Amino acid sequence: MEYLEKVFNPRKLTCLHYSSDAQAGNKGYIMRTIMARDITRAVKMAVIKANTVLPPDIIEAIKGAYERESVALARRVLGIMLENAELAQSEEMALCQDTGMVVVHVGMGQDLHIKGSLEQAVNQGIREGYREGHFRASVVGDPIRRENTGDNTPAIIHLELVQGSSFTLTVFPKGAGSENMGLVGMLKPGAGQQGVIDFVVEAVKKAGGKPCPPLVVGVGVGGNLETAPILAKKALMRPLDNSGPNQEFENAILQRINETGIGPQGLGGDTTALGVNLEVYATHIASLPVAVNLGCHSTRRYTVEL
Amino acid sequence: MTGLVIKPPLTQEVVQKLHAGDCVIVTGTVYTARDAAHQRMVQAIAAGKQLPFDPAGQIIYYTGPCPAFEQHPIGSCGPTTSSRMDDYTLDLLKLGLRGMIGKGERSDRVCQAISEYKAVYLATVGGAGTYLAKRVVRSEVIAYPELGTEAIAKLEVLEFPCIVAVDSFGGNLYHR
Repeated sequence: MEYLEKVFNPRKLTCLHYSSDAQAGNKGYIMRTIMARDITRAVKMAVIKANTVLPPDIIEAIKGAYERESVALARRVLGIMLENAELAQSEEMALCQDTGMVVVHVGMGQDLHIKGSLEQAVNQGIREGYREGHFRASVVGDPIRRENTGDNTPAIIHLELVQGSSFTLTVFPKGAGSENMGLVGMLKPGAGQQGVIDFVVEAVKKAGGKPCPPLVVGVGVGGNLETAPILAKKALMRPLDNSGPNQEFENAILQRINETGIGPQGLGGDTTALGVNLEVYATHIASLPVAVNLGCHSTRRYTVEL
Repeated sequence: MTGLVIKPPLTQEVVQKLHAGDCVIVTGTVYTARDAAHQRMVQAIAAGKQLPFDPAGQIIYYTGPCPAFEQHPIGSCGPTTSSRMDDYTLDLLKLGLRGMIGKGERSDRVCQAISEYKAVYLATVGGAGTYLAKRVVRSEVIAYPELGTEAIAKLEVLEFPCIVAVDSFGGNLYHR
């Protein structure tokens, strides 16, 4: 009883707001606390940045594609994409009118306490950011009745518990043009790596120009019916920095995708994808789940740490 | 971007000068409409009611813009995926709609109807929302204001860059 009281008596908790050394405290019950209003402030700033400033790795990838592209029309289209990114940043306007439904990934330390509601704090940040940024409200409250919620909430929040007391939040405004083209498949285990590659390439071919190529392709392999799409989204949210352990697999898919000739906007060319990110997880002896989540050329994200 | 300048309303003769792969510049009036507005227009046609604008010779631009900042005519306004409008398109082509601006492939049925009714489907650059907003000089909501971003607006565009994706002779840039 003595132990429980120490841990759970809120009067005994020490607030170490914005301090990163909470773990260093040698009293077992010291816990870092962050305030919901600070999460709101961070989300507001992050959605404005994400929607107006294209991440540097994506800009570099489009520039590289522009240099290499052999089809004149495709080069023109890539040039407009680069010009758009410059204009959006300087004018602080939305890169794309589809400012998406916001996917929020929260990496939260298990030794951290949030004072207030995380969910409400995130949605309030989106509400304020979308109003200030003049971003489109693209969310309907009910998929059948389809009334716009008017403020682009609610977000889709993925919570991941990590060790320690860190708090990292990534906002990912995801447009529907690309999201609608995603696919999940439950392959036979014997299909192997080649089966996965074929599945991803078929998904890209089927999507054609609709998801706004050149694409960022997120692939999730393994787990079960719900794991694979979450892995695919996680892969898509990673920068294009070839940092993962599956580079050969990723490059094999990328090469096949760019051989399709779909090109920027589906109008033909060498550049159908800017990159492929892949995440894997253990799976059942009878399963080979694979999910493809397509990101457009304006794959937007912004990460903040509190 | 350079190309042939076209000014709506479009005649059959102008449309027949356009071939898949051509760059064109649109200057003049276009009407915005996407999913919800199309649904309403098609319901109106079925009920024998008048449409908010006469589609004869006109261009519909598939877009749902961001809210405009003060002193700006419009917010970010790139094209949305056209195929979602495929089921509604025939009814409008029958009434003389001459052009559509959007992004991505159309259904075979729509492509056939584009030939049959001598119309044109133009692609512009999806995701280039700010770049394209700079080419809109005026925007006025003319119907269904309760649909918000999905309302029908009359836009005046200046040198709006497009690529002929499906022409009136069956040419299709997506089918290579």
